[in-house]
Amino acid sequence: MVKNPYIPTAVEIISIRPESEVDYTYRLAIDLDVDNGQFVEVSIPKVGECPISVSDFGNDYIDLTIRHVGKVTNQIANLEVGDKLGIRGPYGNGFPIEEYQGKDLVIAAGGTGLAPVKSIINHFYRNPEEINSLTLLLGFRNPANILFADEIAKWEEADHIDVILTVDEGDEEWAGNVGLVTGFVEQINFTDLANKEVVIVGPPIMMKFTSLEFMKHDIKEEQIWVSFERKMSCGIGKCGHCKMDDTYICVEGPVFNYTKAKNLVD
Amino acid sequence: MSYRVKRSEFDDILSKLQEDYKIYAPTRKKDKGTFSDTDLVLYDRVSSLEEIDFNSKTKYSPKEVVFPITQTLFYFNGDEYIEAEDKGEKVLVFLRPCEVNAFKRLDKIFLENGPQEDIYYKRLREKVKFVVMECTEGFDSCFCVSMGTNETEDYSIFIKVSDEEVFCEIKDEKLTEVFADQESTDYTPEFIQENKQQVEVPALEDITTDLFDSEIWKEYSKRCIGCGRCNTVCPTCSCWTMQDISYQDNENIGERRRVWAGCHIDGYTEMAGGHDFRTTYGDRMRFKTLHKIYDFRKRFDIDMCVGCGRCEDVCPQYISFVGAIKKLNQAIKEEKNNG
Ligand SMILES: Cc1cc2nc3c(=O)[nH]c(=O)nc-3n(C[C@H](O)[C@H](O)[C@H](O)COP(=O)(O)OP(=O)(O)OC[C@H]3O[C@@H](n4cnc5c(N)ncnc54)[C@H](O)[C@@H]3O)c2cc1C
Ligand code: SF4
Ligand code: SF4
Ligand code: FES
Repeated sequence: MVKNPYIPTAVEIISIRPESEVDYTYRLAIDLDVDNGQFVEVSIPKVGECPISVSDFGNDYIDLTIRHVGKVTNQIANLEVGDKLGIRGPYGNGFPIEEYQGKDLVIAAGGTGLAPVKSIINHFYRNPEEINSLTLLLGFRNPANILFADEIAKWEEADHIDVILTVDEGDEEWAGNVGLVTGFVEQINFTDLANKEVVIVGPPIMMKFTSLEFMKHDIKEEQIWVSFERKMSCGIGKCGHCKMDDTYICVEGPVFNYTKAKNLVD
Repeated sequence: MSYRVKRSEFDDILSKLQEDYKIYAPTRKKDKGTFSDTDLVLYDRVSSLEEIDFNSKTKYSPKEVVFPITQTLFYFNGDEYIEAEDKGEKVLVFLRPCEVNAFKRLDKIFLENGPQEDIYYKRLREKVKFVVMECTEGFDSCFCVSMGTNETEDYSIFIKVSDEEVFCEIKDEKLTEVFADQESTDYTPEFIQENKQQVEVPALEDITTDLFDSEIWKEYSKRCIGCGRCNTVCPTCSCWTMQDISYQDNENIGERRRVWAGCHIDGYTEMAGGHDFRTTYGDRMRFKTLHKIYDFRKRFDIDMCVGCGRCEDVCPQYISFVGAIKKLNQAIKEEKNNG
């Protein structure tokens, strides 16, 4: 019998890590064949479903980093270790990380945009020989909103990774960078231009202006990759909500090369 | 094989067909129309020829047969998910050639788009057979000929009624037995060749992203009120939203359904945190128009719109879809002249 694509699998939560006051990482006991940047549909029975990026994965688990913002996600906030979440997927295309091999990879992420690219960062963190260099440009609204602080610290330690961390607004204790991600693009080493690949993920405005900023430094459109978020009800090209022009974000995306992304109109 | 059946004998045929099929057809509901003293023509179950209205366009299309307004996908019982059962009833639906073609459009989305078939659609669709009603006159708002949807070969029965008789061409061998006692004839189906409304659909290469910002859409921001009626009546609008409910008497139990959604209606694109796309009605008109006559064709080689004219029939603001296509053609012309 064909598997019903809409029926979730109930999966046990094996750990819950707070990342900020409203963002939590849920580790789920499931062996899922995931590509970096793909998403799953997460269900709370009788409440609803929502698409969530897989923020990391291993042989017998996936991590979902979820911001508690509404109907479904606020119910997830009430769950504890040992409870179950409904999962279906993974869906979407993911980043073509084989194209990043041996390159100087730059990943610019704004806020929760770090979730869908975190598994790429960790992949190259663990496999330094696969990449020439990795530069991270990470922006958050304020210090309290910084996600994955422990992991960022770990990446900062690594010899082959450069991290530029910034917040839109600092506070009394904050001694680091202040300002939008776009303002820090110029600090990146733009020497071997042809060998660069740039991944940009965050709110629509951030992705647009950060892309333009990179192009000012002669990065070509083909070298830029973004990931889109749209309303999604199905994740498999049937409900229509995510469509932009003739493109279904849930099927052909959420990851797009800039050459394609720049022509997508809502 | 074609047959002529006396009107008085046709109900016998219908009752024989009813042993295996639920039969749906356009029916006239007295005084149920929008205005007083007007009737509403709707799809309903029928068992006699008398009940079928062969001469009117239904307000809603027959798509509900395969894509119900609300459809339970599965039930929740604690952590368990129980698939909604397939009632398994075979259906015969009386419809027009454009509407058969509309099913082909729905098939594209539900059966071909994305990585998997939609099993809920498929199991209903597999049980549907078409009885096409000859339609050579059309109605005022139709433009099926322009859309190339005025003809179809996909039917089990093709039917034409006259005052005395019913002419039927039977393609489906499983149904011939029912007609065995009838007189054979040389009836061949005819199709409309010219509508009152005509429109030329723009070539794919003529649509550029510049047209997305065209002034033509702005007018609709003032006129359209976002009621979504054009979406609900359209035989090819296929969008839906997931909806969960829990039962009042036992809150452990509930169900997940899908319900029709429409791109003209507020909230269609809304995401958590208030991100919303296409906030103006003009943008939504542009999105719908291009979906119906451009981007669907880019993807599947056929236009989504079948030219049934229902969206124009129901629009409280008298927005004409043909009118929108004509404006687009005009804008393309101007763009070319300027460019
Ligand atoms: C590809 C993709 C990846 C995402 N990854 C993450 C992630 O890793 N972490 C994270 O915190 N958030 C992520 N989001 C956003 C997340 O899906 C929304 O925050 C979530 O849907 C909010 O649901 P809610 O019911 O709690 O909110 P509400 O605002 O109460 O939502 C109400 C209803 O609107 C719908 N809805 C609202 N926002 C969205 C949306 N963005 N997409 C689809 N439906 C929506 C839902 O069906 C929901 O039932 C992602 C979105 C997409 C499209
Ligand atoms: S029926 Fe008319 S007013 Fe209503 S949403 Fe459609 S175009 Fe707008
Ligand atoms: S004419 Fe209107 S209602 Fe009919 S198929 Fe085209 S868009 Fe849909
Ligand atoms: S989420 Fe349903 S079509 Fe993309």
